[in-house]
Amino acid sequence: MDNLTFIAEILLPALLTGLVVTIQLIVVSAPFGILAGIGVAVGRTYGGKIPSFLCKVFVMFVKGCPLLLLLFILYFTLPSIGITFTAFQASVIGFIMCNAAYNSEYIRGAIKSVKEGQIIAARSLGMTKYQSIFYIVLPQALRRAIPGLSNEFIYLIKYSSLAFMLTLVELTGAGKLIATKYFTYTETFIFVGAIYLVLVTITTIGAGMIEKKYAIPGAQGR
Amino acid sequence: MSDEEYILRVEDIHKKYGNSEVLKGVSFNVKKGETLVFIGPSGTGKSTLLRCINQLTVPEQGNVYLRDEEVTNSGAGINYFRQKIGMVFQNFCLFDHLSAVRNVEIALIKVRGMKPEEAREKALYELRQVGMEEWAEHYPAELSGGQAQRVSIARALAMDPDVILFDEPTSALDPELTREVLEVMKKLAQAGMTMLVVTHEMGFACNVANRILFMENGKIVEEGSPTDLLENNESSRTRQFVGGLVMGED
Repeated sequence: MDNLTFIAEILLPALLTGLVVTIQLIVVSAPFGILAGIGVAVGRTYGGKIPSFLCKVFVMFVKGCPLLLLLFILYFTLPSIGITFTAFQASVIGFIMCNAAYNSEYIRGAIKSVKEGQIIAARSLGMTKYQSIFYIVLPQALRRAIPGLSNEFIYLIKYSSLAFMLTLVELTGAGKLIATKYFTYTETFIFVGAIYLVLVTITTIGAGMIEKKYAIPGAQGR
Repeated sequence: MSDEEYILRVEDIHKKYGNSEVLKGVSFNVKKGETLVFIGPSGTGKSTLLRCINQLTVPEQGNVYLRDEEVTNSGAGINYFRQKIGMVFQNFCLFDHLSAVRNVEIALIKVRGMKPEEAREKALYELRQVGMEEWAEHYPAELSGGQAQRVSIARALAMDPDVILFDEPTSALDPELTREVLEVMKKLAQAGMTMLVVTHEMGFACNVANRILFMENGKIVEEGSPTDLLENNESSRTRQFVGGLVMGED
Protein backbone atom coordinates (compact mmCIF):
# COMPACT_ATOMS: atom_id res chain seq x y z
CA MET A 1 0.00 0.00 0.00
CA ASP A 2 1.54 3.30 -1.03
CA ASN A 3 1.40 6.47 0.96
CA LEU A 4 -1.33 8.15 -1.03
CA THR A 5 -3.70 5.23 -0.79
CA PHE A 6 -3.03 5.03 2.94
CA ILE A 7 -3.76 8.72 3.41
CA ALA A 8 -6.86 8.80 1.22
CA GLU A 9 -8.46 5.52 2.21
CA ILE A 10 -7.44 4.95 5.80
CA LEU A 11 -5.99 7.99 7.50
CA LEU A 12 -8.34 10.76 6.35
CA PRO A 13 -11.60 8.86 6.89
CA ALA A 14 -10.45 7.92 10.40
CA LEU A 15 -9.36 11.45 11.21
CA LEU A 16 -12.62 12.79 9.82
CA THR A 17 -14.59 10.59 12.20
CA GLY A 18 -12.39 11.86 15.05
CA LEU A 19 -12.77 15.44 13.89
CA VAL A 20 -16.55 15.12 14.04
CA VAL A 21 -16.28 14.09 17.70
CA THR A 22 -13.86 16.93 18.43
CA ILE A 23 -16.23 19.45 16.84
CA GLN A 24 -19.16 18.01 18.76
CA LEU A 25 -17.23 18.43 22.00
CA ILE A 26 -16.38 22.03 21.18
CA VAL A 27 -19.79 23.02 19.88
CA VAL A 28 -21.53 21.65 22.95
CA SER A 29 -18.99 22.98 25.47
CA ALA A 30 -18.18 26.46 24.19
CA PRO A 31 -21.61 28.16 24.44
CA PHE A 32 -22.16 26.87 27.96
CA GLY A 33 -18.58 27.77 28.82
CA ILE A 34 -19.27 31.37 27.83
CA LEU A 35 -22.69 31.53 29.49
CA ALA A 36 -21.40 30.00 32.70
CA GLY A 37 -18.36 32.28 32.50
CA ILE A 38 -20.66 35.31 32.34
CA GLY A 39 -22.66 33.94 35.26
CA VAL A 40 -19.57 33.36 37.39
CA ALA A 41 -18.12 36.78 36.54
CA VAL A 42 -21.39 38.57 37.37
CA GLY A 43 -21.83 36.48 40.51
CA ARG A 44 -18.36 37.35 41.67
CA THR A 45 -18.65 41.05 40.91
CA TYR A 46 -22.23 41.82 41.90
CA GLY A 47 -23.52 38.72 43.69
CA GLY A 48 -23.16 39.78 47.29
CA LYS A 49 -21.18 37.88 49.89
CA ILE A 50 -22.20 34.25 49.51
CA PRO A 51 -22.63 33.91 45.71
CA SER A 52 -19.44 35.89 45.23
CA PHE A 53 -17.57 33.55 47.57
CA LEU A 54 -18.96 30.44 45.87
CA CYS A 55 -17.94 31.73 42.44
CA LYS A 56 -14.47 32.47 43.75
CA VAL A 57 -14.12 28.99 45.20
CA PHE A 58 -15.29 27.46 41.92
CA VAL A 59 -12.69 29.40 39.95
CA MET A 60 -9.96 28.54 42.44
CA PHE A 61 -10.91 24.86 42.35
CA VAL A 62 -10.84 24.66 38.57
CA LYS A 63 -7.65 26.69 38.27
CA GLY A 64 -5.94 24.54 40.86
CA CYS A 65 -6.99 21.21 39.41
CA PRO A 66 -5.31 19.77 36.30
CA LEU A 67 -8.00 19.34 33.66
CA LEU A 68 -7.08 15.71 33.17
CA LEU A 69 -7.58 15.06 36.88
CA LEU A 70 -10.93 16.85 36.75
CA LEU A 71 -11.99 14.59 33.87
CA PHE A 72 -10.84 11.49 35.77
CA ILE A 73 -12.84 12.58 38.80
CA LEU A 74 -15.95 13.14 36.69
CA TYR A 75 -15.63 9.86 34.82
CA PHE A 76 -14.03 7.41 37.26
CA THR A 77 -14.73 8.78 40.76
CA LEU A 78 -18.30 10.02 40.61
CA PRO A 79 -19.76 6.57 39.75
CA SER A 80 -18.67 5.45 43.23
CA ILE A 81 -21.22 7.88 44.67
CA GLY A 82 -23.83 6.85 42.13
CA ILE A 83 -23.32 9.57 39.48
CA THR A 84 -22.48 8.05 36.13
CA PHE A 85 -21.65 9.92 32.96
CA THR A 86 -20.77 8.67 29.51
CA ALA A 87 -17.27 9.60 28.34
CA PHE A 88 -18.78 12.34 26.15
CA GLN A 89 -20.87 13.79 28.99
CA ALA A 90 -17.97 13.72 31.44
CA SER A 91 -15.69 15.42 28.91
CA VAL A 92 -18.22 18.13 28.12
CA ILE A 93 -18.87 18.85 31.79
CA GLY A 94 -15.15 19.07 32.49
CA PHE A 95 -14.58 21.34 29.50
CA ILE A 96 -17.47 23.62 30.43
CA MET A 97 -16.15 23.95 33.99
CA CYS A 98 -12.64 24.72 32.84
CA ASN A 99 -13.74 27.05 30.04
CA ALA A 100 -16.20 28.86 32.33
CA ALA A 101 -13.64 29.41 35.07
CA TYR A 102 -11.09 31.01 32.77
CA ASN A 103 -13.69 32.90 30.73
CA SER A 104 -15.08 34.34 33.94
CA GLU A 105 -11.70 35.88 34.73
CA TYR A 106 -11.52 37.63 31.36
CA ILE A 107 -15.08 38.85 31.73
CA ARG A 108 -14.57 39.97 35.32
CA GLY A 109 -11.58 42.04 34.28
CA ALA A 110 -13.61 43.57 31.47
CA ILE A 111 -16.51 44.35 33.82
CA LYS A 112 -14.11 46.17 36.14
CA SER A 113 -12.85 48.24 33.22
CA VAL A 114 -16.33 49.65 32.49
CA LYS A 115 -16.52 53.14 33.94
CA GLU A 116 -18.48 53.43 37.17
CA GLY A 117 -20.51 56.30 35.74
CA GLN A 118 -22.17 53.93 33.28
CA ILE A 119 -23.97 52.00 35.99
CA ILE A 120 -24.73 55.17 37.96
CA ALA A 121 -26.30 56.75 34.88
CA ALA A 122 -28.34 53.59 34.28
CA ARG A 123 -29.58 53.55 37.87
CA SER A 124 -30.41 57.26 37.65
CA LEU A 125 -32.83 56.46 34.81
CA GLY A 126 -34.69 53.97 36.99
CA MET A 127 -33.03 50.76 35.82
CA THR A 128 -32.70 48.04 38.43
CA LYS A 129 -29.27 46.75 39.32
CA TYR A 130 -29.69 43.75 37.04
CA GLN A 131 -31.03 45.80 34.14
CA SER A 132 -27.96 48.03 34.42
CA ILE A 133 -25.71 44.98 34.42
CA PHE A 134 -27.35 43.23 31.49
CA TYR A 135 -28.14 46.18 29.23
CA ILE A 136 -25.28 48.52 30.02
CA VAL A 137 -22.29 46.84 31.67
CA LEU A 138 -22.20 43.42 30.03
CA PRO A 139 -22.55 44.60 26.42
CA GLN A 140 -19.48 46.78 26.96
CA ALA A 141 -17.56 44.24 29.02
CA LEU A 142 -18.14 41.36 26.60
CA ARG A 143 -16.82 43.43 23.72
CA ARG A 144 -13.63 44.02 25.66
CA ALA A 145 -13.42 40.35 26.61
CA ILE A 146 -13.57 39.06 23.02
CA PRO A 147 -9.78 38.67 22.60
CA GLY A 148 -9.52 36.78 25.88
CA LEU A 149 -12.57 34.65 25.16
CA SER A 150 -11.27 33.69 21.72
CA ASN A 151 -7.99 32.73 23.35
CA GLU A 152 -9.87 30.47 25.73
CA PHE A 153 -11.84 29.00 22.81
CA ILE A 154 -8.55 28.08 21.19
CA TYR A 155 -7.41 26.37 24.38
CA LEU A 156 -10.69 24.46 24.36
CA ILE A 157 -10.01 23.19 20.83
CA LYS A 158 -6.71 21.84 22.01
CA TYR A 159 -7.64 20.47 25.40
CA SER A 160 -10.59 18.64 23.84
CA SER A 161 -7.92 16.04 22.98
CA LEU A 162 -7.90 15.06 26.66
CA ALA A 163 -11.26 13.38 26.08
CA PHE A 164 -9.25 10.55 24.55
CA MET A 165 -8.07 9.72 28.09
CA LEU A 166 -11.71 8.93 28.88
CA THR A 167 -11.78 6.50 25.92
CA LEU A 168 -13.46 8.96 23.59
CA VAL A 169 -11.96 8.68 20.11
CA GLU A 170 -11.73 12.30 19.03
CA LEU A 171 -9.23 13.75 16.55
CA THR A 172 -6.01 13.10 18.49
CA GLY A 173 -7.29 9.71 19.62
CA ALA A 174 -8.24 8.67 16.10
CA GLY A 175 -4.77 9.67 14.94
CA LYS A 176 -3.11 7.77 17.77
CA LEU A 177 -5.04 4.56 16.97
CA ILE A 178 -4.17 4.72 13.27
CA ALA A 179 -0.54 5.60 13.95
CA THR A 180 -0.12 2.64 16.28
CA LYS A 181 -1.94 0.20 14.06
CA TYR A 182 -0.10 1.08 10.84
CA PHE A 183 3.11 2.35 12.41
CA THR A 184 2.75 5.69 10.59
CA TYR A 185 3.47 8.16 13.37
CA THR A 186 5.04 10.88 11.23
CA GLU A 187 2.38 11.18 8.51
CA THR A 188 -0.49 10.76 10.92
CA PHE A 189 0.58 13.32 13.48
CA ILE A 190 1.48 15.84 10.77
CA PHE A 191 -2.07 15.56 9.49
CA VAL A 192 -3.58 15.75 12.98
CA GLY A 193 -1.50 18.83 13.75
CA ALA A 194 -2.49 20.45 10.47
CA ILE A 195 -6.18 19.95 11.21
CA TYR A 196 -5.83 21.60 14.66
CA LEU A 197 -3.98 24.45 13.00
CA VAL A 198 -6.88 24.91 10.58
CA LEU A 199 -9.40 24.91 13.44
CA VAL A 200 -7.37 27.47 15.38
CA THR A 201 -6.92 29.65 12.31
CA ILE A 202 -10.65 29.64 11.61
CA THR A 203 -11.31 30.61 15.23
CA THR A 204 -8.79 33.44 15.13
CA ILE A 205 -10.26 34.84 11.92
CA GLY A 206 -13.80 34.41 13.25
CA ALA A 207 -12.96 36.18 16.51
CA GLY A 208 -11.37 39.02 14.56
CA MET A 209 -14.55 39.39 12.50
CA ILE A 210 -16.75 39.39 15.60
CA GLU A 211 -14.51 41.97 17.24
CA LYS A 212 -14.72 44.18 14.18
CA LYS A 213 -18.47 43.74 13.81
CA TYR A 214 -19.14 44.79 17.40
CA ALA A 215 -16.51 47.52 17.59
CA ILE A 216 -17.99 50.76 18.89
CA PRO A 217 -17.68 53.53 16.29
CA GLY A 218 -15.27 56.26 17.28
CA ALA A 219 -13.95 54.27 20.23
CA GLN A 220 -11.10 52.41 18.52
CA GLY A 221 -7.96 52.29 20.52
CA ARG A 222 -9.63 53.45 23.71
CA MET B 1 -52.34 69.89 43.47
CA SER B 2 -52.10 73.61 43.00
CA ASP B 3 -49.07 75.10 41.32
CA GLU B 4 -48.17 76.91 44.50
CA GLU B 5 -47.46 73.69 46.34
CA TYR B 6 -43.99 72.27 46.48
CA ILE B 7 -43.08 69.62 43.93
CA LEU B 8 -39.94 68.59 45.80
CA ARG B 9 -39.26 68.82 49.50
CA VAL B 10 -35.89 68.08 51.03
CA GLU B 11 -35.78 67.84 54.82
CA ASP B 12 -32.77 67.77 57.08
CA ILE B 13 -30.42 65.64 54.97
CA HIS B 14 -27.33 64.37 56.76
CA LYS B 15 -24.59 62.42 55.04
CA LYS B 16 -21.30 61.16 56.43
CA TYR B 17 -18.35 59.60 54.66
CA GLY B 18 -16.37 57.85 57.37
CA ASN B 19 -15.86 60.45 60.07
CA SER B 20 -16.39 63.54 57.94
CA GLU B 21 -19.91 64.84 57.79
CA VAL B 22 -20.45 66.13 54.26
CA LEU B 23 -24.04 67.26 54.70
CA LYS B 24 -25.06 68.64 58.07
CA GLY B 25 -28.79 68.98 57.80
CA VAL B 26 -29.86 70.47 54.50
CA SER B 27 -33.49 71.44 53.90
CA PHE B 28 -35.21 73.30 51.10
CA ASN B 29 -38.37 73.21 49.03
CA VAL B 30 -38.85 73.57 45.30
CA LYS B 31 -41.92 74.82 43.49
CA LYS B 32 -42.91 73.49 40.10
CA GLY B 33 -41.06 75.29 37.33
CA GLU B 34 -38.40 76.77 39.61
CA THR B 35 -34.72 76.73 38.80
CA LEU B 36 -32.49 76.49 41.85
CA VAL B 37 -28.77 77.03 41.50
CA PHE B 38 -26.39 75.68 44.15
CA ILE B 39 -23.08 77.41 44.43
CA GLY B 40 -20.26 77.33 46.92
CA PRO B 41 -16.69 76.16 47.43
CA SER B 42 -15.64 72.66 46.31
CA GLY B 43 -16.16 69.90 48.81
CA THR B 44 -19.16 71.49 50.48
CA GLY B 45 -21.48 68.66 49.54
CA LYS B 46 -23.36 70.15 46.58
CA SER B 47 -22.98 67.08 44.38
CA THR B 48 -23.60 64.75 47.30
CA LEU B 49 -26.80 66.64 48.00
CA LEU B 50 -28.07 66.07 44.45
CA ARG B 51 -27.22 62.37 44.73
CA CYS B 52 -29.07 62.13 48.01
CA ILE B 53 -32.19 63.45 46.30
CA ASN B 54 -32.44 60.52 43.88
CA GLN B 55 -30.82 58.16 46.39
CA LEU B 56 -27.76 57.35 44.31
CA THR B 57 -26.19 58.18 47.65
CA VAL B 58 -28.27 57.15 50.62
CA PRO B 59 -28.30 59.76 53.39
CA GLU B 60 -28.09 58.67 57.02
CA GLN B 61 -30.87 60.97 58.02
CA GLY B 62 -33.48 63.16 56.44
CA ASN B 63 -36.29 62.78 53.95
CA VAL B 64 -37.02 63.69 50.37
CA TYR B 65 -40.55 64.01 49.04
CA LEU B 66 -41.58 64.24 45.40
CA ARG B 67 -45.18 65.44 45.03
CA ASP B 68 -45.75 64.45 48.68
CA GLU B 69 -44.57 60.88 48.13
CA GLU B 70 -41.52 59.83 50.08
CA VAL B 71 -38.48 59.13 47.90
CA THR B 72 -36.24 58.17 50.80
CA ASN B 73 -36.98 54.75 52.31
CA SER B 74 -39.01 53.83 49.23
CA GLY B 75 -37.32 50.42 48.72
CA ALA B 76 -37.75 49.13 45.18
CA GLY B 77 -40.06 52.10 44.53
CA ILE B 78 -36.92 54.18 44.10
CA ASN B 79 -36.70 53.01 40.48
CA TYR B 80 -40.00 54.78 39.84
CA PHE B 81 -38.84 58.00 41.50
CA ARG B 82 -35.58 57.95 39.58
CA GLN B 83 -37.56 58.10 36.33
CA LYS B 84 -39.27 61.18 37.68
CA ILE B 85 -36.04 62.77 38.90
CA GLY B 86 -33.71 63.05 35.91
CA MET B 87 -30.00 63.52 36.33
CA VAL B 88 -27.30 65.05 34.16
CA PHE B 89 -23.68 64.37 35.08
CA GLN B 90 -20.47 66.33 34.82
CA ASN B 91 -18.91 63.62 32.63
CA PHE B 92 -22.11 63.05 30.60
CA CYS B 93 -22.06 59.31 31.39
CA LEU B 94 -23.62 58.40 28.06
CA PHE B 95 -23.71 54.67 27.44
CA ASP B 96 -20.58 54.20 25.36
CA HIS B 97 -21.83 51.23 23.33
CA LEU B 98 -25.07 52.86 22.20
CA SER B 99 -25.74 55.49 19.56
CA ALA B 100 -27.21 58.80 20.67
CA VAL B 101 -30.77 57.77 19.89
CA ARG B 102 -30.31 54.37 21.58
CA ASN B 103 -28.97 56.18 24.65
CA VAL B 104 -32.19 58.15 24.84
CA GLU B 105 -34.60 55.32 24.09
CA ILE B 106 -33.12 52.42 26.08
CA ALA B 107 -34.68 53.35 29.40
CA LEU B 108 -38.00 54.04 27.67
CA ILE B 109 -37.98 50.47 26.37
CA LYS B 110 -36.44 48.62 29.30
CA VAL B 111 -37.79 50.65 32.21
CA ARG B 112 -41.03 52.07 30.92
CA GLY B 113 -41.83 49.09 28.68
CA MET B 114 -42.55 51.30 25.70
CA LYS B 115 -42.76 49.75 22.22
CA PRO B 116 -39.51 50.20 20.24
CA GLU B 117 -41.13 52.30 17.47
CA GLU B 118 -42.84 54.54 19.97
CA ALA B 119 -39.63 54.90 22.00
CA ARG B 120 -37.65 55.75 18.85
CA GLU B 121 -40.12 58.47 17.95
CA LYS B 122 -39.96 59.97 21.43
CA ALA B 123 -36.16 59.71 21.52
CA LEU B 124 -35.88 61.57 18.22
CA TYR B 125 -38.28 64.21 19.50
CA GLU B 126 -36.14 64.78 22.61
CA LEU B 127 -32.96 64.90 20.51
CA ARG B 128 -34.63 67.55 18.38
CA GLN B 129 -35.34 69.56 21.56
CA VAL B 130 -31.61 69.76 22.26
CA GLY B 131 -30.61 70.22 18.61
CA MET B 132 -29.06 66.79 18.27
CA GLU B 133 -31.46 64.99 15.95
CA GLU B 134 -28.96 64.92 13.09
CA TRP B 135 -26.50 63.13 15.33
CA ALA B 136 -28.95 60.41 16.36
CA GLU B 137 -26.97 57.57 14.84
CA HIS B 138 -23.61 58.71 16.16
CA TYR B 139 -21.86 57.12 19.12
CA PRO B 140 -20.69 59.00 22.24
CA ALA B 141 -17.04 58.71 21.21
CA GLU B 142 -17.90 60.56 17.99
CA LEU B 143 -19.50 63.53 19.76
CA SER B 144 -17.96 66.66 21.22
CA GLY B 145 -18.41 67.21 24.95
CA GLY B 146 -21.15 69.75 24.37
CA GLN B 147 -23.01 67.44 22.01
CA ALA B 148 -22.66 64.53 24.42
CA GLN B 149 -24.03 66.63 27.25
CA ARG B 150 -27.00 67.70 25.13
CA VAL B 151 -27.74 64.04 24.36
CA SER B 152 -27.57 63.28 28.05
CA ILE B 153 -30.07 66.07 28.72
CA ALA B 154 -32.34 64.52 26.07
CA ARG B 155 -31.93 61.16 27.79
CA ALA B 156 -33.11 62.66 31.07
CA LEU B 157 -35.98 64.53 29.38
CA ALA B 158 -37.25 61.40 27.66
CA MET B 159 -38.43 59.97 30.96
CA ASP B 160 -40.78 62.96 31.41
CA PRO B 161 -39.24 63.88 34.74
CA ASP B 162 -40.81 66.23 37.29
CA VAL B 163 -37.37 67.56 38.21
CA ILE B 164 -33.94 67.38 36.60
CA LEU B 165 -30.76 67.46 38.67
CA PHE B 166 -27.71 68.94 36.93
CA ASP B 167 -24.43 68.01 38.59
CA GLU B 168 -21.85 70.51 37.28
CA PRO B 169 -23.06 69.96 33.72
CA THR B 170 -20.51 72.24 32.11
CA SER B 171 -17.45 71.74 34.29
CA ALA B 172 -15.84 69.36 31.78
CA LEU B 173 -16.41 71.71 28.84
CA ASP B 174 -14.54 74.60 27.30
CA PRO B 175 -16.31 78.01 27.21
CA GLU B 176 -17.73 77.57 23.72
CA LEU B 177 -19.21 74.15 24.44
CA THR B 178 -20.38 75.42 27.82
CA ARG B 179 -22.43 78.06 26.05
CA GLU B 180 -24.30 75.57 23.86
CA VAL B 181 -25.20 73.45 26.88
CA LEU B 182 -26.28 76.43 28.98
CA GLU B 183 -28.51 77.59 26.15
CA VAL B 184 -30.33 74.29 26.13
CA MET B 185 -30.71 74.52 29.90
CA LYS B 186 -31.97 78.07 29.72
CA LYS B 187 -34.56 77.02 27.15
CA LEU B 188 -35.66 74.21 29.43
CA ALA B 189 -36.01 76.53 32.38
CA GLN B 190 -38.07 78.95 30.31
CA ALA B 191 -40.28 76.08 29.16
CA GLY B 192 -41.14 75.46 32.81
CA MET B 193 -38.92 72.50 33.71
CA THR B 194 -38.08 72.29 37.39
CA MET B 195 -34.31 72.22 37.69
CA LEU B 196 -31.71 71.92 40.42
CA VAL B 197 -28.32 72.96 39.13
CA VAL B 198 -24.91 72.71 40.75
CA THR B 199 -22.65 75.00 38.78
CA HIS B 200 -19.93 77.61 38.89
CA GLU B 201 -21.45 79.47 35.95
CA MET B 202 -22.43 82.72 37.61
CA GLY B 203 -23.87 84.16 34.43
CA PHE B 204 -26.32 81.30 34.24
CA ALA B 205 -27.10 81.59 37.95
CA CYS B 206 -27.89 85.31 37.66
CA ASN B 207 -29.94 85.09 34.50
CA VAL B 208 -31.83 81.86 34.91
CA ALA B 209 -32.05 80.98 38.60
CA ASN B 210 -35.16 81.82 40.58
CA ARG B 211 -33.16 81.20 43.70
CA ILE B 212 -29.50 80.78 44.50
CA LEU B 213 -28.56 78.55 47.43
CA PHE B 214 -25.09 79.15 48.73
CA MET B 215 -23.60 76.12 50.42
CA GLU B 216 -20.59 75.96 52.69
CA ASN B 217 -19.37 73.20 55.01
CA GLY B 218 -22.35 70.95 54.38
CA LYS B 219 -24.99 73.60 55.03
CA ILE B 220 -27.02 76.12 53.12
CA VAL B 221 -25.70 79.39 54.51
CA GLU B 222 -27.56 81.82 52.29
CA GLU B 223 -30.55 81.59 50.06
CA GLY B 224 -32.38 84.10 47.92
CA SER B 225 -32.99 85.50 44.48
CA PRO B 226 -29.90 86.48 42.48
CA THR B 227 -30.76 90.14 43.01
CA ASP B 228 -31.06 89.72 46.77
CA LEU B 229 -27.78 87.90 47.16
CA LEU B 230 -25.61 89.64 44.63
CA GLU B 231 -26.89 93.19 44.31
CA ASN B 232 -28.88 94.31 47.34
CA ASN B 233 -26.73 92.76 50.03
CA GLU B 234 -23.17 94.02 49.92
CA SER B 235 -21.89 91.84 52.72
CA SER B 236 -23.47 88.58 51.64
CA ARG B 237 -21.24 85.52 51.80
CA THR B 238 -22.37 84.67 48.29
CA ARG B 239 -21.19 87.98 47.01
CA GLN B 240 -17.80 87.59 48.67
CA PHE B 241 -17.46 84.14 47.13
CA VAL B 242 -18.46 85.30 43.68
CA GLY B 243 -16.22 88.33 43.98
CA GLY B 244 -13.40 85.97 44.84
CA LEU B 245 -14.17 83.90 41.75
CA VAL B 246 -13.98 86.88 39.46
CA MET B 247 -10.85 88.22 41.13
CA GLY B 248 -9.25 84.80 40.96
CA GLU B 249 -9.96 84.55 37.27
CA ASP B 250 -8.36 87.89 36.52
